[in-house]
Amino acid sequence: MFGVIIALIPALLVSFLYFGLGSVVVTLSSVAACVFFEWAIAKYILKKEPTISDGSAILTGLLLGFNLPSNLPIWIIFIGALFAIGIGKMTFGGLGNNPFNPALLGRCFLLVSFPAQMTSWPVVGQLSKYLDAETGATPLSLMKTAIKTGDASVLNKLPDATHLLLGNNALGGAGTIGEVCALALILGLVYMLWKKIISWHIPISIIATVFVFTWLLHLANPVYANPIAEILSGGLMLGAIFMATDYVTSPMTHKGQLIYGISIGALTVIIRNWGSYPEGMSFAILIMNAFTPLINTYVKPKRFGEVVKK
Amino acid sequence: MKLHTFKIGGIHPEENKLTSDVVTKVASLPKQAIYPLSQHIGAPAKPVVQKGDKVKVGTLIAEAGGFVSAPIYSSVSGTVFKVDTIFDATGYRKPAIIINVEGDEWEDSIDRSDKLETLANHPELTSEAIINRVKDAGVTGMGGAGFPTFIKLTPPPTAKAECIIINGVECEPYITADYRLMMEHADEILVGLDLLMKAAKVDKGYIGIEENKPEAITLFKNKTADDSRITIVPLAQKYPQGGEKQLVDAVIKRQVPAPPAIPVNVGAIVQNVGSAYAVYQAVMKNKPLFERYTTVTGKKIKNPANFLVRMGTPMRDLIEACGGMPDGENKVLAGGPMMGKALTTIDVPICKGTNSVTVLTDNNARRKAVQPCIRCAKCVNVCPMGLEPYLLATLSAKQNWEKVEAEDITSCIECGSCQFTCPSHRPILDNIRLGKSTVMSMIKARNAAKK
Repeated sequence: MFGVIIALIPALLVSFLYFGLGSVVVTLSSVAACVFFEWAIAKYILKKEPTISDGSAILTGLLLGFNLPSNLPIWIIFIGALFAIGIGKMTFGGLGNNPFNPALLGRCFLLVSFPAQMTSWPVVGQLSKYLDAETGATPLSLMKTAIKTGDASVLNKLPDATHLLLGNNALGGAGTIGEVCALALILGLVYMLWKKIISWHIPISIIATVFVFTWLLHLANPVYANPIAEILSGGLMLGAIFMATDYVTSPMTHKGQLIYGISIGALTVIIRNWGSYPEGMSFAILIMNAFTPLINTYVKPKRFGEVVKK
Repeated sequence: MKLHTFKIGGIHPEENKLTSDVVTKVASLPKQAIYPLSQHIGAPAKPVVQKGDKVKVGTLIAEAGGFVSAPIYSSVSGTVFKVDTIFDATGYRKPAIIINVEGDEWEDSIDRSDKLETLANHPELTSEAIINRVKDAGVTGMGGAGFPTFIKLTPPPTAKAECIIINGVECEPYITADYRLMMEHADEILVGLDLLMKAAKVDKGYIGIEENKPEAITLFKNKTADDSRITIVPLAQKYPQGGEKQLVDAVIKRQVPAPPAIPVNVGAIVQNVGSAYAVYQAVMKNKPLFERYTTVTGKKIKNPANFLVRMGTPMRDLIEACGGMPDGENKVLAGGPMMGKALTTIDVPICKGTNSVTVLTDNNARRKAVQPCIRCAKCVNVCPMGLEPYLLATLSAKQNWEKVEAEDITSCIECGSCQFTCPSHRPILDNIRLGKSTVMSMIKARNAAKK
C-alpha cells in the first residue's frame, strides 16, 4: 500500500503546483474523511479492530481526491468518501473483500448524484482559489464536441502532446486533480514497475488498446482525435496506472490481467466516443471489476508439466 | 558461463550460508541413539532386535517393512535399551528403537579404509548387484523426502531412464551439508554417480550445482573434464531449484507432468549428492547407511558447524556441541527455514533425511500478524508448479476437498515460496499442507475401494 502511495507523490506534488489551495483542501478532506469512516465503521458498526495502519484507507482517499475537481465543496467530498469506504469497502467485509474499486465507486456515485459540480473543471494555475476557481473545457469535452458536431476543426483547439504530458497550458489544463499531468503519473508507473509493486500487464495493455483502437478510428474519420491525445487525456493514465491495477479488484494471472486490460481499453474508447459521458475510464474499470471473479475462475496459470491437449 | 534454471516462478530468499567454509567435524557419539522406524517414504521398517540384544556399528536392527520401505542399521555399538515410541520430527509419537551406546565396535564386513574404489576395478558389479546392495544398505534419498533409492533405480515398465541427475543444488538457505560433502568427497560422489548410471543402465550423467557454489562447480568440472558422459550444469541461483521437478526442468529442459508422473517418466532419475555418496559407501565399502552430513546453524548459534554424524544422535547433542541454545525465544527446525519442520522437542534424533538443524531466534522465529488477503497475486507468480496458492489455501481452510483436488493441490511440492512472498503473512502453506494430505488420503481410499 505504502509503495503505491509513494508512487502517487509526483502526481500529488504537481496537483499542488497546478491547483494550489483547491487541490490541498480536496485531497486532505478526502483522505481525512476516508480514514475517519474506515475507523468509525470498523469500531462502531463492525465492532472489530480498526486497521488504519495498513494504509489502504489513505490510498483510497488519495485516489478519490485525484478523481475530483479542485473546486468541489467539502460536504460533497464527505458523501463520496462515505460511499467509497462505507458501501464500496466495509459492506463487503473490509480490505481484500471488495469487488469494486472503492475510490472509483465514490467518484461515480458523485458523478451521477452531483452531475453539475462533478463536471465543471477548474483551469490550472489559480493557486489561491478554491470554490471560486474559473472553469474550462477539458480535452475530452472538446473531443466529444467534435464527434457530436461532426466538425473536426474543434480538435485544433486541443493542446499538443507536450502540453498534455505536462498539463500546464492555459486552455487544455483543466480536469480532475490527479489526471492533468500524465508525466507525473508515468513516473509513478515507472517506480511501481521498478519496485515490482505491479506488473506491466494491466497498464500497458490498457494504454496500447486505447492507442490502437483510437488510431484506427482517427484514420477512418478525422473527427475522432489522434491516438496520442487520447492516451494522454482525461483519466486514462490515472486509471490505467493506479485504479485498474488495484490488487483486490483485478485478476490474479498475467493472462487474466491482459484480458482485463484489453477489455478496459476497448470499453473506455467505446464510452468516450459513443457514450453520453466524455470520460469512460471509471465506468470501464468498474465494469471489468465485475468480471474479475469470472476471469479468475476460468483463466488459470499454466501448470508445471502441463500436457498440451491435441 | 551459461546458467540454466527452471521456467516457472521461484524466489530469492537470503542465503545465510554461515557454514560454507567450516570444515566438517566428526560429531561425538551419543550416550543413547534413537532410530525411528519411519525415516523414509513408505512402510515403516520392522524391528529385528529385542531389548537386551547386543549390536555393533552396522548391525541390521530393522528390516524393510514392505516393497516401498528401507532397512535401518545401528550406527553405534551397545545394547538395545527398548523398542518404544518417541516424538519424532513430525511432532507425533512414533515407534523407535533405542540403543544404549557402549564403545565403538564396527561390524567386520565394513571396509573402513579411505582407499578410493572405482568401478573400473570392480567389473563384477552388475546393475542388479548394485541395486541389491543399495537396497540392502537402506539407502534413501538424503535431501529430505527420503524415497528409497533402489526403487528410483528400477523404473516402472512404462518409463525408460535416460540419465542420472545428481542434485548438488542446495537452494535452501542456511544449509551447507551437501556443499561440504561435495568439497570433501568429490571423488566418492563421482564413483557413486558411476554406480548409479551403471545400475540404471544409462550413459549420461549430470550434476546440477547453483552458481553460489563456484568452487564446487570448478572442482567437479576439473574432475570430469575427460569424461564425456558426465556434464556439470551450473544453475542460476533460485529457490526451489533443488526440487526434483525443478531440477529436471533446469538441467534437461523437460517438465515432469502432474502426479502420479515422476521424473523417470521424462527419462531422468534424480539423486542427491548425499545419496550418491551413500551409494558409493554401500556398494564399494559395504557400509550401510548410518552416518550423514548435517549442518547445525542459526544466526545466534555460537559456532555453527557441519557434522559427520551418526544417525540416532539427538539434535540436543549437536546444538550443545555448537555452543548450546541461544538466549531468547528459539524455534528449532529439522531442515532449513523454507521447508524445515518446526520441532516440539530437540531430543528428536538425526535421521536419514536430516540435512540440517536450524535454530531461528526472536524475530526470525516469530511469525508476523496475519492480515487479509489483498489478492496481490504474488503467490501465483512465484509458485514453481504454476498453481494458485491463495486459492488452494482458502479452499483447504474451508474444507472444500473436491474443489481443491480439482485445482491440482496434489501437484504442490510444499516449497513454501507462496508463504515466503505473502505481504499479508498468511499461513498459505500450512493450509495447503492440510488440504494436500487430506486429498492424498482421499485418493488413496478411492483407489483402495476400486481394487
